[in-house]
Amino acid sequence: MTTNTAETKQEHGMSDAGYIRIAIILAAITALEVSTYYVDFGVLFLPALLIMMVIKFVMVVSYFMHLKFDNKIFSFLFYAGLILAIGVYAAFLATFKFFIQ
Amino acid sequence: MTDTTHGHASSTGISNVKLGMWAFLGSECLLFGGLISTYMLYRGRVSGGPRPSQIFDIPFTSVSSFVLLMSSLTMVLAVSAAHKDDDRKTNLWLTVTALLGATFVGGQVYEFTAFYKEGLGFSTSLFGSSFYTLTGFHGVHVTVGIIMLMSLVGILKRSSVPGKKAEVVEMIGLYWHFVDIVWIIIFTLVYLIPV
Repeated sequence: MTTNTAETKQEHGMSDAGYIRIAIILAAITALEVSTYYVDFGVLFLPALLIMMVIKFVMVVSYFMHLKFDNKIFSFLFYAGLILAIGVYAAFLATFKFFIQ
Repeated sequence: MTDTTHGHASSTGISNVKLGMWAFLGSECLLFGGLISTYMLYRGRVSGGPRPSQIFDIPFTSVSSFVLLMSSLTMVLAVSAAHKDDDRKTNLWLTVTALLGATFVGGQVYEFTAFYKEGLGFSTSLFGSSFYTLTGFHGVHVTVGIIMLMSLVGILKRSSVPGKKAEVVEMIGLYWHFVDIVWIIIFTLVYLIPV
């Protein structure tokens, strides 16, 4: 039984309790994000929001989508598309002087 | 053959279906990247119409975001149950995921209706056009996900899933989680960061 549980965890990443813990962390971060709308975080407002967004993104991709535990070629395929998108559209926005507005 | 647990393995031992799904999701990043950057560029162009801060209902959208986030949990529990060959729990979690997704889409329809009544039509301003296009495209993706989930529940009940059952659930799960991560970005960039 112990072996089965260990195999299940190894093959599919985490136990159900682990997924619930991740979901609780995600919910807590979402609550923090929403609090920035009501509480003045000053100059930390934008960096804090972006960091929380990235943390949530990486947690869902790594744990819920199992990318952390899967073959690295899947990570390459996904992050290649993501980084290409960020690069292309950052350049696109830069041509419209978006970042110096 | 390192990954024989998944059907239709390629010469690398990796499932072709899974490889295809990740390549598709990578390409979807480019689609949503284009829509998000277009919105970021045009969000201040209101042309006399309502501004984002005048119409956005943050408490309402926060609840919708929470519902979609929790649907990712129920989806991963469905995938976990499928890997354990527990059909009853798989069907249960897939159905709950579809219901949470439907709640999110219902909220989006309500939000669009409220915005329209407040004077923000699709062609009112560049902000309106880019906002409805971005969130509308996302809503369509969620709706397609719900249709896939409910179809899968029906197919699983008839036990006629082609290939490995757990892999089919996992692929739909990957699509569903992708829809969730896109909303994580939209919620922050569109709703929480003021113009």
